[in-house]
Amino acid sequence: MPFTAKSGKFNAKINTVAVGTGDAAITLGGENVFPFYTFDDAIENAPKVGIEITDGGMESEPECVQKLYEGCTTVVDMAKKAVTFEGVDFLSIRLEGGDPNGKNRPTEELIQIVKEVADAVDVPLVVCGCKNVEKDSELLDKAAAALEGKNAMILAAKEENYKTVGASAGLAYKQVVGAESAVDINLAKQLNVLLTQLGVDSKTIVMNAGTAAVGYGFDYVISTLDRVKAAALSQGDTTLQMPIVTPVASETWTVKESTASEEDMPEWGDLEERGIDMEVETAAAVLAAGSDAVILKHPESVRTIKAMITELI
Amino acid sequence: MALKGLDIFKLSPKKNCKECGSPTCMAFSMKVAQGSVSIDKCPYFSEDAKASLNEATAPPMKTIKVGAGDHEYSLGGETVLFRHEKTFVSRTRYAVTVCSCMDDAAIDAKLEEIKSVDYERIGERMFTEMIYVNYAAAAGKEKYLELVKKAAALDRVLILGCDDPDVAAEALALVKDGKPILNGANASNYEAMNKVAADAKVTLGVSGSDINELYDTLAALEKLGNKNLVFDCGVNSVKEAYQIAVQFRKAAIKDSNRTCGYPSIVRLDRLSGGDKHLQAALLSLFTMKYGSIIVVDQMTYAEANPVYGLRQNLFTDPQKPMKVEPGIYPLNGADENSVCLTTVDFALTYFLVSGELERSGVPCNLIINDAGGLSVLTSWAAGKFSAGTIAKFFEEQQIESKVKSRKLVIPGKVAVLKGELEAKLPGWEIIIAPREAVQLVKFMKEL
Repeated sequence: MPFTAKSGKFNAKINTVAVGTGDAAITLGGENVFPFYTFDDAIENAPKVGIEITDGGMESEPECVQKLYEGCTTVVDMAKKAVTFEGVDFLSIRLEGGDPNGKNRPTEELIQIVKEVADAVDVPLVVCGCKNVEKDSELLDKAAAALEGKNAMILAAKEENYKTVGASAGLAYKQVVGAESAVDINLAKQLNVLLTQLGVDSKTIVMNAGTAAVGYGFDYVISTLDRVKAAALSQGDTTLQMPIVTPVASETWTVKESTASEEDMPEWGDLEERGIDMEVETAAAVLAAGSDAVILKHPESVRTIKAMITELI
Repeated sequence: MALKGLDIFKLSPKKNCKECGSPTCMAFSMKVAQGSVSIDKCPYFSEDAKASLNEATAPPMKTIKVGAGDHEYSLGGETVLFRHEKTFVSRTRYAVTVCSCMDDAAIDAKLEEIKSVDYERIGERMFTEMIYVNYAAAAGKEKYLELVKKAAALDRVLILGCDDPDVAAEALALVKDGKPILNGANASNYEAMNKVAADAKVTLGVSGSDINELYDTLAALEKLGNKNLVFDCGVNSVKEAYQIAVQFRKAAIKDSNRTCGYPSIVRLDRLSGGDKHLQAALLSLFTMKYGSIIVVDQMTYAEANPVYGLRQNLFTDPQKPMKVEPGIYPLNGADENSVCLTTVDFALTYFLVSGELERSGVPCNLIINDAGGLSVLTSWAAGKFSAGTIAKFFEEQQIESKVKSRKLVIPGKVAVLKGELEAKLPGWEIIIAPREAVQLVKFMKEL
């Protein structure tokens, strides 16, 4: 008697959201099953992998990443190189230099970089802010304007600045709007509702429902993503059917497993290996919990996660 | 699987003797169904009736115990598919593989490597709990038996990967007291393997060429009376192993298909194709989705740090916050003269705060209070993180004799405690930190 499984396919499905334009455009979402459950139903759009660079260029990268961009001097050089690595579906530029508590680079300077990067590459673009809500209102508004027609993803509108960022990216310049909330299904839902009430088309919203490195309160990330997917699929909650995009690199490359030097922690071994494994293990876990795209830093991590997705789909 | 009172009543003696304390057998049956009374209270229930009831009320997924003494582990026994529904109960266990096909030097190096990863993280010992000892027929029986002995010396639970019943019996004779797993039953040898495993009283691992053959072999072994089983998700492809792990777990828990209700073994040593980073990614995937034992080629700190952290997060009780041990944590090479900061023992708070403090590079002493594992505002609201409790904690821990600095930084969210703390901790300068951990780097540098 062969094994017979009940189908786990749902009537509801995750929205499909296209990012980018032309041949290089990607589509996120569309699945009506839990992550990688291809035995329940075919998954049309495999999860996507992005590579992240920052406005800081080479000097803000860990040494092991720098050596893979050897010869690059400007952020634009890095962008051109980044898109050639195996497995890259899209490029993300994080404007961390804009943080008023950090380098506090002026908005115009950063937007100029975004424009140059956009002109240099064909792949879909994601622009991430600096995590400071006031500065991001201004930065992301200008970035959305500068990228008009590129169908870029703007990460992200938060509860505090969703009006500015949502209106600019979603209404004025027709970009894909990222909605970022802090690891809580109710906050995620509320922000999606607020954005749609503002007039943003729900089919152009993607969520960043929060993230962490594995081991660092990641239990909340697992349960938030698990519950979002369950609500979206099994209960057909249309306010949670947006695809999920998870920036992984910005979390994993700051924890001590990825930063403690070999002199300080000789028993831990090679620093680059530690950084890569922290990144791929976190990325694999968020994908297993339901993320539709991850943003990574190390080209080897991108290759690895792409290979894992290919094995599973 | 809940039983109805009436089903139990049908099997009851129907004597209404009241010896169980209930007025009638019907009333007693209802209480048993609710779970408020044990069926053993009735002296007249026949053993057969009890056995069939136990069968019907058994959990959908079996708990299989392997290993002995300090190294006894429970596998399986899960009742939910997602951690937010209740709690996952049996942690995923990791095994590193050695094979009798390897030369002696490689085997020794591998066994040394297994020993090298051993550390503590939030009160839990993290190490490779199991060793997968693979039998290569070409290398001969003697070499395998030597390898089994060598691996047993490491004091880990062994998984004997061997599908030859005679060799398996000899290997088990050496190590059966340690309650290893014998992974080697398949459609063609399961009767012989069943006997070997049953004689040695060890758990038997079952594999199949595909999901259907695996299922049939499990069913056939159950028919022979063996329910001390684990299933191997196979080595055909990552996709198929994932399918087996997920579909069997779902069938057991959602559809009460007990033949699927056994713990799983995932053979990443065979599925990763020698790609160590892919192996790391899959380690994480199968920890999330239903691997009970994951076998890998290597487990160095690079793989271990993230996956043990992930496992610790995944298997915490969602209703009970993770706590760190209260006390003084010197950071960035702090000494007794370094500035002190204080916060609560909620693990997430600790990790965020200590992470940012480490990033600042400023030497400081982080004093973790006993606040019941709650976050700053929650514990403050619950009265577990107040000027009174902080002062009491300082006294109990004799903080003033352990550090010379008299500067104490408190979380921005409880700035309101400043005045009262100054009164309760005379001689201390109380400084208010920013409200968010991310602002700590700048704050510390300017302090």
